[in-house]
Formats: sequence, C-alpha cells, structure tokens
Amino acid sequence: MGKSNFFVLICLSILILVFPLIVTDSYNLTIGVFAGINALLAIGLCILMGFAGQASLGQAGFYGIGAYVSAILSINYGLPVAVSMVIAAIVSGISAIAIAVPALRLRGHYLAVATLGFGEIVYVILNELGPGGPSGFGDIPHLNLFGFVFDSSQSNFYLVWVFVILVVIFSFNLINSRIGRALKAIHDSEVASNAMGLDVAVLKIKVFILSAVYASFAGSFYGHFVSFLSPSTFSLFQSILVLMMVILGGATNIWGAVLGAIIITILPEALRKFEELDVLVYGIILTLSILFIRKGIVPLIIDKLKVEKKHA
Amino acid sequence: MLTVLMQFLFSGITIGAVYALVGLGFNIIYNATSIINLAQGEFVVMGGLLMWFFSESVKLPFFISVILTILSVGLVGLLMERLTIKPLKGAELLVMIMITVAVSIVLRGVIMFKFGKDPYGYAPFTAGEPVIILGAVIQQQVLWVLGITLFLIFLVYLFFNKTMLGKAMSACAVNPLAARLVGINVSKMIMLSFILSAILGAVGGIAITPISLMEYDKGPALAVKGFCAAIMGGLGQGMGAVVGGFIIGILESLTAGYIHSGFKDAVALVIMLAILVFKPSGIFGSKSVLQVRKF
Amino acid sequence: MLEINGVWKTFGGIVALMDISFNVNKGEIKAVIGPNGAGKTTLFNVITGVYNPDKGSIKFNGELISKLSSCKIARKGISRTFQNVELFGHLTVLENIMVGRHARTKGGFISSGLKLPSIIKEERSIKEKAEEILEYIGLKERRNELASSLPIGEQRILEIGRALATEPKLILLDEPASGLNEAETIFLSRFIVKMRDELDVTVILVEHDMGLVMDISESIVVINFGEKLAEGTPVEIRNNKLVIDAYLGEEGLF
Repeated sequence: MGKSNFFVLICLSILILVFPLIVTDSYNLTIGVFAGINALLAIGLCILMGFAGQASLGQAGFYGIGAYVSAILSINYGLPVAVSMVIAAIVSGISAIAIAVPALRLRGHYLAVATLGFGEIVYVILNELGPGGPSGFGDIPHLNLFGFVFDSSQSNFYLVWVFVILVVIFSFNLINSRIGRALKAIHDSEVASNAMGLDVAVLKIKVFILSAVYASFAGSFYGHFVSFLSPSTFSLFQSILVLMMVILGGATNIWGAVLGAIIITILPEALRKFEELDVLVYGIILTLSILFIRKGIVPLIIDKLKVEKKHA
Repeated sequence: MLTVLMQFLFSGITIGAVYALVGLGFNIIYNATSIINLAQGEFVVMGGLLMWFFSESVKLPFFISVILTILSVGLVGLLMERLTIKPLKGAELLVMIMITVAVSIVLRGVIMFKFGKDPYGYAPFTAGEPVIILGAVIQQQVLWVLGITLFLIFLVYLFFNKTMLGKAMSACAVNPLAARLVGINVSKMIMLSFILSAILGAVGGIAITPISLMEYDKGPALAVKGFCAAIMGGLGQGMGAVVGGFIIGILESLTAGYIHSGFKDAVALVIMLAILVFKPSGIFGSKSVLQVRKF
Repeated sequence: MLEINGVWKTFGGIVALMDISFNVNKGEIKAVIGPNGAGKTTLFNVITGVYNPDKGSIKFNGELISKLSSCKIARKGISRTFQNVELFGHLTVLENIMVGRHARTKGGFISSGLKLPSIIKEERSIKEKAEEILEYIGLKERRNELASSLPIGEQRILEIGRALATEPKLILLDEPASGLNEAETIFLSRFIVKMRDELDVTVILVEHDMGLVMDISESIVVINFGEKLAEGTPVEIRNNKLVIDAYLGEEGLF
C-alpha cells in the first residue's frame, strides 16, 4: 500500500470514527451501515473486474446466500452468529467454484452470463424455499462478540466499517502482491500469462471465490443488522447496482469501489424529494455519469491530480 | 390429459413468441455492436403501454395506434443509440452494457411517471369465440400473437438475406473494418440495429398485452428471458434465438403447470447454465464462431 | 533435450504441421526458418502447449509434454517470446519481469492479503531477482515506465527478460529481430549468444533475418507448408538444393 493510499485510509478511518458522533439519528446511520455493506460487495467485484478483467452479474446471489445461510443457521440451529457467518462464506465460496469452473473454461464474458443465471436462480430459490417465501422472515439474532451485542445502528456502523477497512487493507495487500500482478497480467494477455507459468484458470476461479466471500459477508452483516430478510433485496437489480458502483467509482481502483458504493447508496435517499420522479432522475444521473466519466470517478481524480502535479 | 397438455403448450408458445422477439432483438444489436442491450425488455413494455395510450386513452383507430406505437418505440431505439451508444464508441464492452442498464432505468422511470404502477390492458385485436384445438381453448389473440411473431421473423429473415441494406448489416457484424472499407456506413447500421430491435420489442408488446397485461416493471424479466433464448440458440445466431424463445416459453409453461409455478422463472436460467456447460456455442452455434466472438 | 517426434497439427482441414520431427540438444542455438505461413509459429505454439498436437509426441528432458497445458510446460522450464510482442502493457517494465517470477514463487491469496512475513521476504527476493535481470538486459533506467510505452526494440528485449525470469532451460524466441534496426539486431544477436553462454539456456529461434540466423545458430530446421524440408548446419542449409528451390522467388535470402 503506497503513501497516498495510506493517507486516504487514515482519512477514511477518521471519518468513520467521527460520523456517528455527528450524525446521531438512526435513519442516517442505517444508510451509513448500508453504504458499508455495499462497499464490501463493490470491493469484491472491483478486484474481479478491474484487476482480473472478469465481470459478474450475480453478486446478489452470493449476497443472498450470505444473508440467508447465516440467518437460518443462527435461528434454526442456534449457532453463534460469527460461526454462521463463516459457514455462509464457505457455502458462497463453494457455489462460486461450481459456477466458475464451467464458465471460465470459455473465453470472453461467459462468467457474466453464467453469474446472471446463478443470481436469478438463487433469487427464485429464496422466493420459493426461503423461510416465509416472498414475504421473508424476521427475528434474526444480532451479532454477539464476546458478550457485546451489535444491536444499534451505531454499533453496526462501526462494525461494518471496521470490517470494510480491514477488507480494503487485505485487498490492497493482495493487488500489490505476486497474485495481484498475476491478475493484472491476465487482464493484459492471457496467452503470455500462460507462457509465464501462470495458471490462468485457477487464478480466475480463486479471485471469483474471493469476490463471492466478500459478498457473502456483506449479506450476513445485512441480515444480522436489519434482523429481517426477504428475497427482494437480492434481485438482479442488486447485482446491477453493485456493477454500477464499481463502474461509477472506477473499476481499476479499490477506492473507486468504496466511493461508488457510498454514492449509489446515498443517491436514492437524496432523490426522495423528487417523489415519483426518483427512478427517472436516478437513471439520468447514472447515464450521464457513465457517458462523461467512463473510467470512473476515482481514476478521473487521480488523472487530474497528476496533471496538476506536472503543471506545478 | 391431452387437453391440459395442449393448453399448457399454447400458453407456452404465446409467451415464448415474445421471448423469441426479444431474443431476436438481442441478436440484431449484438451482431452489429457486440453489446448486450439490457434495455430490450423496456421496448416491449413501451409497446404495450403506448398502444394502450393511443388506442384507449387518445382513442385513435387501431391501425393508426399500432403505427404510432411502432414509430414512437423505434424513435426511442434511435435516440438511445445516438445519445448514449454512439458517444461511448471505443469504451470497454462492460461500460457499454452498463449504459444500456442505465438507459433501461431511465425508460422505466419515464414509464412509471406517465403510467404509474398499475397494469394496463386493452381489447384483443378481434372479438370472437375462442378456437378449440385438440380440446384446448385458444383465445383468438393467441393466434394473433403467433401469426404476427412468425410474420415478423419472416420479414427479418428476408431483410437480412434478400435486401442490400440487410446484407450490409450482416457484413458489419462479420467484419466492421472490411464493411467500412467497401463503403458501408457502419455507424448508420448500428443505429438501424437499435431501431429494428426496438420495433421488434414494440410489436411483441402490442400483441401480448391483451393476454397478459403490461406494467412498468416487466422489462427486466423479459430481458433476462430473451437473453437466455439468445444464449440458448447461440449468441448472434438470429433464428437460434427464435427457437430458444419458444422452447423456453413452452418449458416454463409446463413447469408452471406440472411442477410448481414458482419455479417457472428458474427454467430459462437453468437451461441457459446447462447450455453454457455442455454446448457453450448454443444449440445452433458452431465452435469456430465462439472463438471469434468478443463477448 | 527436446525431442519432437512426428508432430501433426491441423486447423479445420488445413494442415499446419505435417509429421515434423527434430531434436534440440542442450546448450545449442537452433533456428527454425521457412517462408511466411510455413507453420513456424504454430510449431512454437505446439511446443509450448498453446495447442496440443493432433498426432506425434514432444519430449522435454525425456518427459512427455505434448499433452500438458501451456502453464505446466512453462513450469517445466520452457519459456518463450511472441511474434507480436505480448507484454503486459498496463504493468511497468519491472513488474513485467516480476510476473516472470510467478511460477518460481508461492505466495497465495490469503497469505498475500495478510502480508505475512514470508510474503514480505518473498516479495523482496522477487524484486531483487527482477532488478538483476533488468540490469542484465540493460533496461534498468526504464524500470518504472509502462511496458507499452517502450519502443519496439526494447519491448522485444524486455520480453526476453521476462522469459528469463522464469529460469527456463529452453527458451523459444519468435522473430526477436522483427521491427529492429540494424544496430539493434546486432545487439540482439550478441545478447542471445551471451545469454546462452552465461545463463545455460538452450535457444530455439524463429527468424526471418537470415543474417542473424546464419550468424548465431548452430543448427537450422527448414519448414515449408508445414513440412520439414531440411535440417543441418548453416553451411549445409545454405547449399541445400531443396531449400534454395523453396525459397526461389522470395527475394535474396542468403
């Protein structure tokens, strides 16, 4: 992790620390928690897309598995929430292998196609076989760590965002390592990567598992925070939103994913005052941002800073 | 027994016809641009709702309403291409696909603002007694849907195989650079592909609405099904999507009838995943085609 | 060291390689020549496992490799460059070499993410080794530039450097001199010999620059229309009637 990334990390940490002290109403704090959960989803997809060059249209599937498996394990089998979350992540990882192995044999964006199918199938399964069917179920226990119960928006805000920070550090370490270089290499030339002894298929599968595990934790946090789950949270639209976060923020930068997640989470809230026009305004903003900042916000800012540095 | 089966088959073919049209639309745009246009479902929704608007709300005669609807949705296709696809020329494929998602949200926003969240319907094209085929009761509108779909597919076939313009479009799909070198205006062809796909969707919407009603949020589901149809037939294989669409429609209807209606929506996806595992080039695709594909 | 035995490869009815056999001895510089489209690059792709041969076998140090994947073959010690330079354009010069170290290092996803002490140590060794290679190929000053920003001559050298980073026993160079000017070509030919002598690698070379081929190779295989036409020392090849006939019509080759 370079100097500038470290600086951004410190700023973000301070912001996270201070935010709940300034914003005390639970409604806005809840949105803050959702932003953190979305950031987890977006970071996973960002590594998959921006670094390994593979797209997923099914992150909501892993998000859903993470939420449902963890909730059901803790309700029906009385497992501690933390344990349920880990098991859910393992289940998500295994599902990821099941999709990735056939899809990644193929060139191009077949993973995107396969994940779209997977996400929708998970959605149908949650509707049909999930507790409560389409209307969902409640009374999901909160996370309990060493006797401390994360039941308030404030405590969940800290919980989720500390996790985000850890994931960001982990992810930066990863992309600046041998593995990260290999992923970027695959993105540039698969044939040369193979010739250098990189096992392209295995690397792609592993990074896909990583993105699934991130998404799974996001789902678990969601379920144990809101304490109520219904399938509608995990529809194709959610997968597309995650993709949107990554593209808007800038797929080639992890901070882009975090920023994209924050913007996409806040945007609908900010648009509430447009009432029945909110979907329209939302769509227009997305369209314009894709049209005018193709590379994403964070890479655009970095380019601007570089240009200024040169002029100075 | 047979009667029930026939009933399911016909309802499957009816919805399958719409999937076929959406899938065909996917392929036309895909061939011209390599883009998966995820706003394809919105074209169908607009077809149904605008038809209602012209015929029921403005009370224009049937044919004028149909023509106005087709023109309006075609115009939307044109505007979409000129305002969002063309300016993004050279961007990464995923960004292009995301812009179609963003456009679909805009379109849904407009539709929701104008029509709200209620379902809309209007009278079938012809009033009259249902037809009985092998004991199954078939509404006349079902025959309309099938007839119109098959006619459209025939027209598309003629267009691409018999007209200069259509052949020029196919040429762009095979090799845009070569097409440009022989003087084909590739940009115009891309625009045309969006107009054509929009019109196909619109006609599907016009025809199906009397049977299944139409509401603002039906687009994404239709897009997913049509996409599955296109993958099933082999992405880029025009008529493959048509067959794929009908197969998906029929299997959906059989699943809903014999197994459980809730699993209906998973059918298309399971088929699609199976195709990806066992024959990624699609039922009608060849392996060599797969290798040159960008998507 | 490398034994190619009766190798066939066809693409949809077109025969690209027809019953090709030849051996490469340890420490030698072997050239594969032939007119455009003769199947030289296909031969490289078959040796390195981009495609598996339809028939025939390839043995490397006595071990059958013709059914292995590209990545496994690379790990056995065969590395290569590409006719159309396949560098990792978004990575820096140094990083390109560092990717070459991938197969010789172990750090996994989790240990890398946690940045365990073993990873820090390994990363340092990767970097040292890469710097060493940069020094060796003379691109040290360019280390932080993007690979795609280098002129073609340096890109070709960098590609060789990246291949060397995998510690190959056999290195396949696909038209390393194409796009180079005369001075660069001379530098390259010296570099290839030096690398063979100092690093103990065996070299197979596909090249159109006959000056370079005749200059540095110890043995030459000529292929034409996917078939082996002749094999021998540069002198033998220069005087081979079949070869001269095959090349007749192409402008003055020798």
